[in-house]
Amino acid sequence: MEPANIDRTVFPEAAALEAESPTFSARGRRRPFAVRNLAPYGYISPTLLLIFVLMVIPIAMVVSYSFQDNVIVQKNPVFAGLANYTKVLTDPVFLTAIKNTLIFITLSTIAHLVLGLAFAMMLNTGLLSGLTKAVFRIIYILPWLFTIAVVAVIWRLMLDPYGVINYILTSIGVLQSEVNWLASPSTALWALTFINIWSGYPFFMISLLAGLQGISADLYEAAAVDGANGIQRFFNVTIPQLKPVLISMAVLDLIWTSQQFALIWMTTGGGPLNVTEMLSTYTYKQAFSSYEFATASAAAVIVLLLTMIMAFFYVRQLRER
Amino acid sequence: MMATRQARHRLGMKIGVIAGLCIGAVFAGFPVVWMLSTSFKTNGEVFQVPPRLITANLSFDAYWKILSNPANLRFFLNSYIVALWVTALTLLTAILAAYAFSRYEFRLKRFINVAIVSVQAVPPITLVIPFFGLVVALGLYNTYGGLIITHMVFTLPYAIIMTTAYFNTLPRELDESVKVDGGRGWTALWRILVPISVPGLIAVGIYTFMISWNEYLFALTLTRTDDMRTVPIGIQLLMGQHSYEWNQMMAMSILGSIPVLILFLIFQRRFIGGLTSGAVKS
Repeated sequence: MEPANIDRTVFPEAAALEAESPTFSARGRRRPFAVRNLAPYGYISPTLLLIFVLMVIPIAMVVSYSFQDNVIVQKNPVFAGLANYTKVLTDPVFLTAIKNTLIFITLSTIAHLVLGLAFAMMLNTGLLSGLTKAVFRIIYILPWLFTIAVVAVIWRLMLDPYGVINYILTSIGVLQSEVNWLASPSTALWALTFINIWSGYPFFMISLLAGLQGISADLYEAAAVDGANGIQRFFNVTIPQLKPVLISMAVLDLIWTSQQFALIWMTTGGGPLNVTEMLSTYTYKQAFSSYEFATASAAAVIVLLLTMIMAFFYVRQLRER
Repeated sequence: MMATRQARHRLGMKIGVIAGLCIGAVFAGFPVVWMLSTSFKTNGEVFQVPPRLITANLSFDAYWKILSNPANLRFFLNSYIVALWVTALTLLTAILAAYAFSRYEFRLKRFINVAIVSVQAVPPITLVIPFFGLVVALGLYNTYGGLIITHMVFTLPYAIIMTTAYFNTLPRELDESVKVDGGRGWTALWRILVPISVPGLIAVGIYTFMISWNEYLFALTLTRTDDMRTVPIGIQLLMGQHSYEWNQMMAMSILGSIPVLILFLIFQRRFIGGLTSGAVKS
């Protein structure tokens, strides 16, 4: 949802298309051969057209830009070979962006997983009434319902040097003086990661909650009969049962988080001193602040390749399920 | 004796869980409450010490200022126009594609399926550069059309997958009966499948609307003038223009979140069900 930041599309559903279902092919033999064969292509043609125009052509364009110079803004592109790639890969800012992106996505994903699982387990307990759980569930989903622009504004208010977070931390004695969380080089990356954790865990929680509800009570009873305590049941029943969902969600989250742009752009803009520069903001700045579209294209292709590696692991994980 | 110990243990667990839930609820909910509270403050009270949730002069001024400025209303209008068009076009395209996936076998099915799934993984930042070139070349720069068509990159794959999953749950006998009466696949789709799929299609439509309503990167790069900007960009512009009118920014944020919040609360159950059905399938 990216609503979250809801511009997050959902991979897990992908399994649905793969599910084989009985179709007309078996019984449609009476129909004229040609009609039966062409009909599905007719239905799917608008989709194919859109994928071609919005995906195949653009990717071909960005790859070709990345090997040229003087693209888009000037009208006389020239072949540049690997020059753009050399330029990007030797740019210290780009290397910093890779490092920051790795820290950002790893910490975010681990925290999303831990918080999502913890909240899902508390919401799944048999100890509370359905109404209580429903109320808490809505509260827990709240961060996911706000668009990233709103998330950014909320946290800029809260993390302001004169904001409520600094007030609380200084008055209980954790901090000596106010910290400008998003503008100070030593804290900006952590503050940004924290905001991303807040806005992204609900999606994990929703999926894991569904996963928990799918675990058979018999398994827990069997474990209890064998004398397993709560912690043993968690590690020997819950975790193994959720493992496929956990791994898929983690890979997906790494992909999504690596694509995060709006939150960074609206809170720190990659600064201060590049400490929150990520692959997305680096590419954006090259293109739309410096108008170096060729360099930006090389960076964009590198981002695409990195994403494809992660997507490959995701698909392999889905296959194994 | 045993029973009371167990009961006490249960009570302890219950208190523990409730305490945990409350701590989590503060983490999740406090920023939202603070946004709401700030939107009712006067700007002088935003950073008052000590901070208060409810201040002396509870006021709707910030909302009034946002709503009385035609530039802000334009952001909302733009967002509604774009999101509604995206939703309508996505649903139409997805219904057709999902019908093919659900009810036909064809040679390229697996290949097209992989293509649709992998579209979702392509980073928007990779696409935004060629989209910029493409949209300028097509004369769609700074128009609704440019935003509508590019937003469909995000919405369509998901919509197709979700609609196909829904169609797969409907028995084939339903559309077969139309065929027995001499109707064609087209009739079966629009007369039978679509009407009974309305609940599923609503979930798909809401998700599509939300994605489009929240989209930021393309809206930022493919429009130029303020009269074409959408709500997320409008919030950012507000931050730039009067960076210290926090109450107005919060009011704008709340107004901008209301459509999604309402849709979500109304269709919560169906929505979550649709969203997770694939995730837990093993």
